[in-house]
Formats: sequence, structure tokens, C-alpha cells
Amino acid sequence: MSSLLGSLPPASIMIVGALLVPLLRGRVQTVYILALPLLSALQLIAFFGMPEGAHQQVELLGYTLTLARIDKLSLVFALIFHIVAFLSVVYASHVKDSGQHVAGIAYAGAGIAAVFAGDLITLFVYWELTAIASVFLIWARRTERAYRTGMRYLIIQVASGVLLLAGTIVHYQATGTLAFDHLGTGTLGTNLIFFAFGIKAAFPFLHNWLQDAYPEATVTGTVFLSAFTTKLAIYALARGYAGTEILIPLGVTMTIFPIFFAVIENDLRRVLAYSLNNQLGFMVVGIGVGTELALNGTVAHAFAHLVYKGLLFMSMGAVLHRTGTIKASELGGLYKSMPLTAVFCIIGAMSISAFPLFSGFVTKSMIISAVGDQHLFWAFIGLTFASAGVMEHSGIKIPFFAFFAHDSGIRCKEAPANMLLAMGGMAALCIGIGVFPAPLYALLPYEVEYQAYTTTHVVTQLQLLMWAVLAFAVLMRTGLYPAEMRSTNLDFDWTYRRGLPRALGGLERVGGAAWASLVRGAVAMVRGTVAQIYELCGPTGLWGRTWSTGSTVLWVAVLLAAYLVVYYLR
Amino acid sequence: MSDHEDRRWLDEPRNVTRLVWALVAVCAGLLAADLFYHKHAHFAWEEWFGIYAFFGFIAFFFIVLAGKHLRKLLMRDEDYYDE
Repeated sequence: MSSLLGSLPPASIMIVGALLVPLLRGRVQTVYILALPLLSALQLIAFFGMPEGAHQQVELLGYTLTLARIDKLSLVFALIFHIVAFLSVVYASHVKDSGQHVAGIAYAGAGIAAVFAGDLITLFVYWELTAIASVFLIWARRTERAYRTGMRYLIIQVASGVLLLAGTIVHYQATGTLAFDHLGTGTLGTNLIFFAFGIKAAFPFLHNWLQDAYPEATVTGTVFLSAFTTKLAIYALARGYAGTEILIPLGVTMTIFPIFFAVIENDLRRVLAYSLNNQLGFMVVGIGVGTELALNGTVAHAFAHLVYKGLLFMSMGAVLHRTGTIKASELGGLYKSMPLTAVFCIIGAMSISAFPLFSGFVTKSMIISAVGDQHLFWAFIGLTFASAGVMEHSGIKIPFFAFFAHDSGIRCKEAPANMLLAMGGMAALCIGIGVFPAPLYALLPYEVEYQAYTTTHVVTQLQLLMWAVLAFAVLMRTGLYPAEMRSTNLDFDWTYRRGLPRALGGLERVGGAAWASLVRGAVAMVRGTVAQIYELCGPTGLWGRTWSTGSTVLWVAVLLAAYLVVYYLR
Repeated sequence: MSDHEDRRWLDEPRNVTRLVWALVAVCAGLLAADLFYHKHAHFAWEEWFGIYAFFGFIAFFFIVLAGKHLRKLLMRDEDYYDE
């Protein structure tokens, strides 16, 4: 049995199994969707029993693809992905819309399969599958707004995939290998791949798809979305770019700038999306530092983060589900109606804020410690500052404005049982990891000598957090704390949602008909040129043999991307 | 259910004030704790008395007030993108 499971492509049970969900109805369907991640977990147990190295190698068109590369890094990510996938399915199990189950489970499966990919082509395939499957979790809201958001999300995700493919081909041309091991920046191919990973990891200026899209998905869809895409990118960066120093300033920037946006954001799921961006920053710094402690810290923090961030999104999803709104300006006092959800949310908030005995405390500190060990002064200050920021947006703002603050008068039912069960499971993990970090430490890629519970660490962390809470109390008491307001806050997405279209629109107005004929002319010219190029450079053409495939692919990718952008803006 | 029946301990302003004073006491205690152990730090400044407490307080204050000013620059109507 276990050898059979071990020979199936990773997560194929979830990916293929998801497609059969619409054939089932009612209770049978519920049992089936819950069984899929569990069966896949059995396969994972089989993988844990197999020797490290490349398994399931297949020949395709002369290339060797590795579907299952088994080592500590891939196993630990696959494990946490399974746990979160299962609890997310529990959370979503009341949903009657089969399409959402298909999308959620296939998306999770693609994420799991991607971390087992031993070569860049396999990685690319699952990389794109996560993009395509996940967009349906946004579209499932079935509103015009969700449709447009989904399109923006999909374009950016697919662009990341196109860059990954282009980088892979250029890299293959240069080195003759498709293996997905340490890549490092410095060559065109690896730089393109770095950029592709950077989009999904929400690097500064590449980040906005996250805050744009995640809060627009369905109640349960956002829980799935928050887990897999960005952490797959963290995994990929840890695998390919450990010790790449540029990641340190990039990561520190990521921890800091979203804090300010989170303070003024009214949509609490969008606050969490900014907070997610900030948490990714800690992991990116860890990858950039690249020491054993730093990488262990990154993996451990990703593990803990997947749980508490999922929990926070679940609690806000439950609020949205019961009250129909997630705007801080309309919520408040919900602890009276949803006491259990409030408790679970507070557990998530304390975990992300890294209070002692909660998961963030034993994982985030590994990264900060590694930064300190390398005497990276500014990064250390930046991360400590960002830790106070986490206390603000996720530690206080989320639970306070949803469940306490002024009583909004909203009276609703407690979250449904399946949601409470999922949140309970997540909350138990948050505390379990915080109190007994040893089992998690044992799963990490390198041996752990780190000790989280020292007097210095406990006292200084409590000082930082409690005095931050004190600052909050002072700000509230003096009326300096800004009121929650219904608003949209501009971020980098303004450039492609308003700035560029406006610039193009301006051209159109000025040029009027001239512009239209210009476009027609340009299209005809492009067609003609393409035909000519094909004649010259196609497989039978004179120049066809002298082009390097790598640079061609790159240019095709650039043109496709440009086309995509122009098409979208028009 | 009327609002009156649903009044809880936290709805009493006096109790909120009590909580705030409890918080002040906890914070004072944490600050004083720095006198009673030897810090193991990466940087010399980490050993300054109460530095983490002051850092947390000031950072939080700064973040919130900076956010408030950021609104002037970034805040638009809720339906800004829907027009």
C-alpha cells in the first residue's frame, strides 16, 4: 500500500480527486472532500519513509523530470500544506458550491506537488496550476468586482509563470541543467527566475496583487489563498536563493511598509493581507541571511505563520459570513455574539505578535536571532520595529475592532460548527507549537540548537509587546488613535488600475480617431511583420538556425507580457 | 434582545479604566524586571535599561500617527475604483 502511494505523483490524489467533487452531492460530497487531504497525507507518510533524493523521474521529450524530490525541506513544507489544506477543507465544508471545493483542493494539491518538484519544468507546471486553480476562489463570489479583481490577479500570476519558464529556458541554455537546486542571482536565467519567485513572494512593488485579490475572494476562498501561493514562493526562494544578500533589504522593506497601510485600512481581511505581506518579509530576510539558524527560522516561521494566518483569516471569514461585512467601521462588540470566534482570533493574534507560549515566539525569534548573530544592525532594528507593527495591525487592530471597540449593535449567531472546529484545530496548533517547539524543530532542515525560552528573550519580548499595548491604550484614551473610516487607500496598484489607463485614455482623447487608426495600423503592421519574420526566421527560414532558443523565448515572453498589459489597459 | 439586557462587564467605563491601570502596572513590572537579570544580547544597546519597552512604545506611537498622516495622501472614497 505504502509503496503504491509512494509511486503516485505527489498530491495527485488531491489534484485529480478534486475534479470528481462535482459528481457527488450532499453528505457524500462532504465526506469525500474531507477524505482527499487525508488520503494525500497517507501518501506523505509514505514519502517520509522513503530515502532522501530524487524519486519518480520521468523522461519527457529528452528531458528528465523529477516529480518527487524528497528531502527535509520539501517534506516539512508538504506536511504543513497538508495540515492547512485539511483544516481549510473542514472550514469550507458547509459550502454548497462544488466549484469552490474543486478550486480549493486542486489549488492546495498543486502547491504541495510544487514543493516536491525536483526540476524547473515540473515546478513551472504546478506554479501555473496554483495560479489557474486559485483564481476561481475569487471568481466564485460571482460579482463584477470579483471578476475584475480575478483578472488582475490572474494576469500577474501568469506573468510570474511566464518569467519562470523564460528563466528556466535561458538557464538551461547556459548550464544544460533543469535541476531546481541552489540557483543564486547573477545570470540572466536565474535573475528571471528570481523575479518570478519575487512576484509570488510579494516583493515591494510586486506585492499589490496580494492586497488587491485576497480580500475579494469568498469567505472560505481567502483562507485557501492565504496559505499556498506566497509560501510556495518562500519555499522556492529558500531552495534556490538562500544567502542572496539583496533579500535582506528587500525583506526588511516588506516587513515595514505594509504596517502603515494596515493601520489605515478599513477592510479587516485587507488588513490581514498587508499583515501577510509583512510576515513574508521576515521569512525573506531569513533566506537572505542564509545561515543554518536563519533558514531553520524561515522554515519554522513559515510553518507557524501558515497556521496563525489561516486562523486569523478564518476568524475574519466567520465574521463576514455571519454579519455580511468585514469593515472595521461597521463592526465592534461581536464578542457578545461570537465569543468562541473571538477567543480563537485572539489566539491567532497573540501567535502572530509572538507572545511567549504562542507559536510566533519560538519561530520569528530564530530569524531575528540569526540577523543579530551576523551583526546586521539595521536589519535587526527594522525587524524589531516591524514586530511592534505586527502588534498594532494583527495583535490589536484585528481582534479589537471586530470583537470589542464600541458595540456596533450587531447581534448574530456564533460561527457554524465546522468553522469552529477548524479554528479550534488551528488554535490548538498555535499553542502547541508555542509550548512544545521541539517536534517542529526536529522537522527543520538543519539541526536546531536554538533556545527560545531564555529569560532575556521572554522579558524583552514582553516589554516590547506590552509597552506597545500601553501605547495603544494611551492613543485610545487621548483620542489620538485614528477612527476607522470607510475608504479606499491608494497603493501601488493605482499605477495599473488608474495611472496607466488614464495616460492611455488621455492619448485616446487627444488623438481621437487618429489613435484608433493608429492602433489598426499598428496591428496590421505587427501582423505583416510577424509573417515576414516567420518567413525569415521560422524553422525553414534563412535565419532560423542561427537564433538561440533562449533569447527567442525571452523576447516572446517580453512581447506576451507587453501584449497582456496593453490588452488589459485598453 | 435589548441592549440594556446585554450589558457586560466591559460595557462599564469604570471597568475599562481598571483594565488600563492593570496594564500600566504590568508594564511597570516588566520594566522593573530589567533590574533583576543579566541580559544576553547581540548588540550593546540592547543592554540599556528598558530599551525594549521604550522601543515598543515609541514604535507603536510612531506607526499609528504616521498612518494617520498617510491618510491625507492616500485616502479616497470607498468606491474610488468603482466609478
